[in-house]
Amino acid sequence: MKETAKHVIVAGGGVAGMEAAGSLAEMGMRVTLIEKGQDPGGHLLQWHALFPDRRPAEEVRGYLRQKIEHENINIITSTVVEKIMHQGHDVIVKLSGGTEERADAVIVATGFDLFDAHRKEEYGYGIYDNVITSADLEDMFNKGKIAKADGSVPARIGFIHCVGSRDEKVNNNHCSKVCCVTAVKQAIEVRKKLPACEVFCFYMDMRMYGPYYEELYRESQEFHNVNYIRGKVSEASVNINNRLVIKVEDTLAGRPLKMELDLMVLMVGMEMSKSGARLAEASGLETGINRFLETGDHHFGNNLSRINGVFYAGTCTAPMNITDTISHARAAVAETVRYLNGR
Amino acid sequence: MSVKQANRFGFGINQSRLINYDTSDRKVREYVTLMEPSFRLCFACGGCTAACIAGQHISFNLRRMNTLIRRGEIDLLRDEVTRCMLCGKCLLVCPRGVNTRNVVAVTAEAIRKLDNNEL
Repeated sequence: MKETAKHVIVAGGGVAGMEAAGSLAEMGMRVTLIEKGQDPGGHLLQWHALFPDRRPAEEVRGYLRQKIEHENINIITSTVVEKIMHQGHDVIVKLSGGTEERADAVIVATGFDLFDAHRKEEYGYGIYDNVITSADLEDMFNKGKIAKADGSVPARIGFIHCVGSRDEKVNNNHCSKVCCVTAVKQAIEVRKKLPACEVFCFYMDMRMYGPYYEELYRESQEFHNVNYIRGKVSEASVNINNRLVIKVEDTLAGRPLKMELDLMVLMVGMEMSKSGARLAEASGLETGINRFLETGDHHFGNNLSRINGVFYAGTCTAPMNITDTISHARAAVAETVRYLNGR
Repeated sequence: MSVKQANRFGFGINQSRLINYDTSDRKVREYVTLMEPSFRLCFACGGCTAACIAGQHISFNLRRMNTLIRRGEIDLLRDEVTRCMLCGKCLLVCPRGVNTRNVVAVTAEAIRKLDNNEL
C-alpha cells in the first residue's frame, strides 16, 4: 500500500461498518475499523435466519467477514469511539482507553440498540418466565429448541408487534420497520418446527414495505396458518395454571379479547445506540427527535453530517433492514471518496 | 350506463347503513378537536378498549367512539359517551399520548351543547 493512501476510520463494526470498511479498502484507502464488541458482526451475530427468504444469517456474515479480510484494514475490537473532532485537514478520533487516531475522514456506523423490553412493564418481560423477545426467540432457533421456561413444548405462541416502537409512552414515536416482517418470518419458522403449535400475531398495522415482504405475509396465511389479530395488547398476566393471559381489543370485531398463551414473543424495535448517542453528544453531532443522527438532508444528503469529513452509514441514522444498510454504507463510501478527492 | 341503473345492481348504499361524510354533523368533531387537540392522534390500535374497565362489562368502546366522533355519527355517540366511568386507565396505555379521558368528557359536553343549540 502506498504511504500516501488516505486513512478513513470506521466507527462501528456491524453490517454498515463492515461493508463501508471493505468498500473503502477495495478502493485503496487505509481503513481502521473500530468495534466495541469482541468481534465485528454487530446484531447479525445473534440472528439465525433472515427475512424475507429465511436464508441462514451465516451467509451474510460470511460475505461481510470476507469483505473485511483485506490488507488495508486494521481492526481494533473491544474499543469504543468516544469523540470525533475536526482539526485542520484531519479528523481526530478519541478512543476508549485514552488513545487517539488521526484520519482524513470518519464514517460513523454505530448502529442501533434493541429496545429494552423491561421498560414495557405491562408485558411482564423479566417478570413472567415465558415472556421473551424476538432476539431471545432467534437464540432458541440457534440452539434448535423452542421451549417454555420449564422445558415443555408450547401449544400456543403470540407475537406482540410494536414493542418499543410507535409508542409515546417509551418516547419512541418512530416505526422500527423491520419487526413486522421479522414476526412473520419467525411465525413461519415456529409453525414449521412445531406444526401443532398455534401462532397469533397481534399488530396495529402490518408494514410489509420491502420486496417479497407482502408475499411472505401471504405465504404465512396461505401455507402456515398464522393468525393475525389487529389490536395493541394492553397487558399480560399469569393465571393459576401458570399460563400467560393477554388482553387486547380485537379492533376488527370491535370487542375486547382475552387469550391464554404459552409463550409470548415481544417484537422489540430499534433505538439509537447508547454508545452512538454518547459519541454524538461529545462530538456535537446533531440528533433528531427520534434520537437517531440527523443527516444533512433527508433526501439527498442522507450520509452527511454537519462536520467536515464525518459521514454516516446505516442504522445510526434510522431503522433499516440489512439490504438498505449495505446500500447506505456504500453511499457513505461514495460521499467519503468524493470529499477526499475534492479536498 | 346511467347512475340510476348502476344503483339497481347494488352499487348504491342503503340510507340506513350509510355514513354520509358530506352531510354529517361536524360540530362535535370540531369542538372535541378544539378542546382536546390530542384527539387527532388516535390511530385506532384499541389499547384503550383492551384496558377499559367499562368495556369488560358493557359495549363501551373508546376506539370506536373516536371514529364515531370523526365521522359525525352523533346519534350513536349520544348513548356511547354515557358509558365511560372516567377511571382513566386508558390514559396509561395510549401509545399516541391521547388524553382519552378528556376526549370522553368534552364529547359529552359537545353533545350537551349541540342539544342546547350552543355549538
